[in-house]
This record gives sequence, C-alpha cells and structure tokens, in this order.
Amino acid sequence: MSQFPNQHGLTEHSHGAVVPLQIRIDRPKSTSVSDFPAISKTQDLWRYLDVEQLAGLDADVLGEYKEQVSYTSQQGLSISWIPSTDARVGSIGIPEDRVAAAAYTNASETLLVEINESLSEPATLSVTGTSKTASALHIFVVTKPHVEATLVLDYRGLGVLGENVEIAVGDESRLNLVSVQTWDKGSVHVSAHYAKLGRNSLLKHTVATFGGDLVRVTPISTLSSPGAEVEMNGVYFANSGQHIENRPFVDHAAANCKSRVTYKGALSGDKAHTVWIGDVLIRVAAEGTDTYELNRNLLLTDGTRADSVPNLEIETGEIQGAGHASASGRFDDEQLFYLQARGVSEAEAKRLVVFGFLLELIQRTNVPEVIESLSKVLEEKLGVN
Amino acid sequence: MSVLEIKNLHVTVETEQGVKEILKGVDLTIRSGEIHAIMGPNGSGKSTLAYSIAGHPKYTVTEGEILLDGEDVLAMSVDERARAGLFLAMQYPVEIPGVSVSNFLRTAKTAITGEAPALRTWIKDVRESMDNLRMDASFSERNVNEGFSGGEKKRHEILQLELLKPRFAVLDETDSGLDVDALKIVSEGVNRAHKANDLGVLLITHYTRILKYIKPDFVHVFVAGKVAEEGGAELAERLEAEGYDRYTKAN
Repeated sequence: MSQFPNQHGLTEHSHGAVVPLQIRIDRPKSTSVSDFPAISKTQDLWRYLDVEQLAGLDADVLGEYKEQVSYTSQQGLSISWIPSTDARVGSIGIPEDRVAAAAYTNASETLLVEINESLSEPATLSVTGTSKTASALHIFVVTKPHVEATLVLDYRGLGVLGENVEIAVGDESRLNLVSVQTWDKGSVHVSAHYAKLGRNSLLKHTVATFGGDLVRVTPISTLSSPGAEVEMNGVYFANSGQHIENRPFVDHAAANCKSRVTYKGALSGDKAHTVWIGDVLIRVAAEGTDTYELNRNLLLTDGTRADSVPNLEIETGEIQGAGHASASGRFDDEQLFYLQARGVSEAEAKRLVVFGFLLELIQRTNVPEVIESLSKVLEEKLGVN
Repeated sequence: MSVLEIKNLHVTVETEQGVKEILKGVDLTIRSGEIHAIMGPNGSGKSTLAYSIAGHPKYTVTEGEILLDGEDVLAMSVDERARAGLFLAMQYPVEIPGVSVSNFLRTAKTAITGEAPALRTWIKDVRESMDNLRMDASFSERNVNEGFSGGEKKRHEILQLELLKPRFAVLDETDSGLDVDALKIVSEGVNRAHKANDLGVLLITHYTRILKYIKPDFVHVFVAGKVAEEGGAELAERLEAEGYDRYTKAN
C-alpha cells in the first residue's frame, strides 16, 4: 500500500491490526463539560497522557484569553470579538472531548476572523501567553467564496491554553492556514480545529509544533461539499520532556473530494514523546474519494518514543484511492558513520538529516516569515537534548 | 608526497561469542600515487582493515599504529580522518533519507576543504564528474543512496572520491556486484582520481577482474588477519590461476 520505497532504518508498523475503539462518527459531541467523564488514561482519547500534564485545562472554570491576542488589519480582512452566543459559533464543529468542551464553555467571546477578499499578504494572529493560568480561547475563521488567503496563528510565550478553532472555507476559496506553536517551556496547549470546506474549495492546513511541554492539536476536516480538497500537514520536533500529540481527522462526506495528510516529526532526548493518530472516514456518499495519509518519525537519540496509528474506515468501495503509511526510524550509527567518513561532524550530520527530513513540510507553508523563524527554531532545538 | 603507514595493527570486534581478534599484526606502507591491491579470501579481515583505517566504532584497535605523514590517525575522530585526507569507498553505502545527493556532496566538500565551494565551478565539477560516471543529472536530486541500485551506489562512491579529492582512498570491494560495463566506468573514475590528485589507493578485492582496469603497483595477499605474501602485479596473475587454496591450507 505504501507508495514509498523501503528505507534503511525505517520499518512499517503492523497497523493492519489496529481497530478504532469506536466508529469515528459515533464519538460523543457536546459543548458541556459535564457530558464528558473525568479524564483518565483508560480512555482512548487520553491514553498517552497523564491528566496532570493538562495543567488544569480539564477544569470546569478557566480564565479567558483576550489581551493575549494581537493582530494587524489589512485590506480584505476584518477581525473582531463577538459574543460566543452568536449563531455562527459552534456551526462548524463542537467539542469531542472534555478539554475542548471546557474551552468552549469558558470562552465568553469569540474572535471572528472574516476574510472578505483575497489577501495580498499573509495575515497573522499572534497569541502570546503570559502566565500559567489555565485559560480558554475560541477563534472563528470564515472566508467568502472565491478568495485566496494565508492566515498564520502564532502561539508563543508562557501559557496554558484550551482552544477551539472553527474554519469555514467558502465555495471555490483557497485558504492556507498555518498554526505555529513555539511556546516557552512550561506551556500547555490543547487545541481542537474544525474545518468545513465549501464546494471546490482548497484548505491547506499546517500544524507546526516545536515548543511547549504538552501541545495537542486535533484538527478535523469535513469534506461535505463535492470537489473539496484538503492538504493537512504537520511538522514537529520534541526534545526531552516534551509531549507533542497530533490527531488529524478527515471526514469524507461528499463525492469526489481529495485529502492528503502528511505529518513528520523528529525526537531527541530522554522522554521526548510524540503521538500521531490519523483518522480517515470515507462515508457511503463519498464516492470518488482520493485519500492518502502518512506519518514519519525520526528518532535521533535513545529514550524517545513515537506512537503512530493510522485508522481508515471505508464505507464505500467506489473510490479513487485510499492509502496510509506510518514509519518510525532512527538516525543510526551507520548513517552517522557514513556522513562522518565524508568529513561531516556529528552535529552537522544531525543537522543535515533533520533539516532534510523536516524542512520540506515547513517550506510547504509558503510563508517566508514562518520558514525563516522555524528554520532558526530548528537550529536551536538541534543544539539541546 | 604523503605516506600512510600501518604498523603492527591488531583489531578486535565484539561478536555474540565474545571479543574476537580479526587483524593480527598488519604492516603496510602506501605512498602518494601508489596503487596497492589487498586480496584475500572471505573472512580474512580485508574489510576490517578498511573500516579500522576510517575509524568505524565497531572495531577496536588493541595494538599498533596508523600514521598519516607521521600524524596519529587513531587519535582522530572519523570526520577528522576524512578531513585529514582519508577516504573510504564503502561496500554497502547506507541510505540517508531526506538528504539529497547535491546537498550531501556540497556539505561534504565544505567540511573537507573548510569553506563552501564557489557555486559556479562546483556545479560544473559535479556535472562533469557525473557525466564521466554516466550518471543522469536527476541523480543529484535523489536522496543519498535511497533506492539506488548496487551499481548506482558504487558510482556515487566514486563520484565522491573524484569530488572530495582525498590523499588516500581505501576502496572496499568496490567491484562487487558490478557488471562489466559498470566495472569499467567505476575503474575509469578511480584511475582519473589517481592521476589527477596523485592519489594513493588501497584497493580491497576478492577477485582479480578489477585489476584488469586498475593496475596495481603492489599486491598483498591477506590471510587470517595478516599479510601472507607481497609482490607486484604478477602475484595477482598467479592468484587468478591458483586461487587462495595455497594460503588457506597452510593455515
């Protein structure tokens, strides 16, 4: 099934045996915290985390982010805070877990980002945490039909943030959304994204996570209009003590839609832990679906752990193609020896391999500022364990 | 004029059955411009010698010396040895996912010479060497050794030999797995590097066929971790006719 050639040090997982604990669409949804049980490792959704790592984001009462969010205006873009009682809020997606429900309930206002015309420059929302008070944020992004835009969500500073991001991509629109997490040490960020794509629209969705003790992003793309296409990319680098979790889900509900999910991560240092759970559902109506999901992890040192589970549910056989691949490999002594035998130092060898592995996905964002700053962050991360 | 001296080299390797001595006192001296063929049966320690010179961590030197113009090679890390002018063309080059050939070559050249090569001449040099080795231009965009055929891997090793311009090259069974055409192309590459850079060559091989294309000045027969006999090119001809039985029986 894999379209990629076998590689030295990379082994295919025996993912054929993995069965989702429940059908993906049967997962309970609610905006109410009390509808979800207290979080524990026995639940499939939280099995890779200790509840303490959530730093209070599962509580009933959270603070709110508002002054931590900044942005600049530009032609074609309208950004404003609206009451979360607005009918639009929750129209694209509602929480599927307790932390998302807590964030939903506690965010009394929602940041409404309306993209009314094609944007000539990337728009950036900067979220800069200043304390470890567990807080909530709700962002609602909507594009008009026939527009093309890039939106960067830039998270940094010290924060503990539970979040919901709704993304409504208009018919025939092209949205490039990049979520960049370069939080300071001690930060926790749990974010649920819900995207709904209009007819013949294109969403490029990138999750780039480099900083934070725990960063968990669960992006859902719903392809409910014919001809929609989603490209979901993820790039991450976990150092010692970091937990980075990505759970992308593509819901193929309409005919002739296409999805490509590509997540790649590197791990270095004791107890660096990454989790990738990639779900794809092809519903009965989704004839002509073309989907492929891929996760690759590069283990740079001992003591790291990369969990990787692709799940594919197919309810119709009338599809173009459906595939997945998952492989985790280590940068091994033989690769290091080969590069050193050509004069390249150990540090430079690691740099070469990691940049080769991750840079392509960073470049795919097509945002020069993001590419430049993440290249620097990558350099810094290669220097520590 | 440089000289690579190997003196009384003893090397052990860790096996499942415990520590095993593979090299049992190897003496060899190679000067710039000389071509030495090391021949011997399987398991005689030829590859161990190659990897020990390059500094592979799997091999432990327990006794003896390797000197490059009097400098202690054994005190150098693997990359320091390469920068000092030693090159090992590997028998089984590993794949490096995510790293393109062009990026790899430029990084290696920069590491060896201490400065990035001038772009214009570098591109021309790479192009020319690839043409000589009948390598398609698309090669440079592929990941290092990823999905390469056996022959492509060996050409890629010799491409590096030509571009990195070491003082001494150890070629570890570069001829294995090559058909006649590829063997000729690869041999021409070695001969070009030899001529252009006054390269000293240590050619490790099991078979004599590569010696039709690369003419050795000296032939050393390696048996049970030592040099059992030395001579000129005529010794290779004798091995061709008689094989290694004469030596292995004596052991």
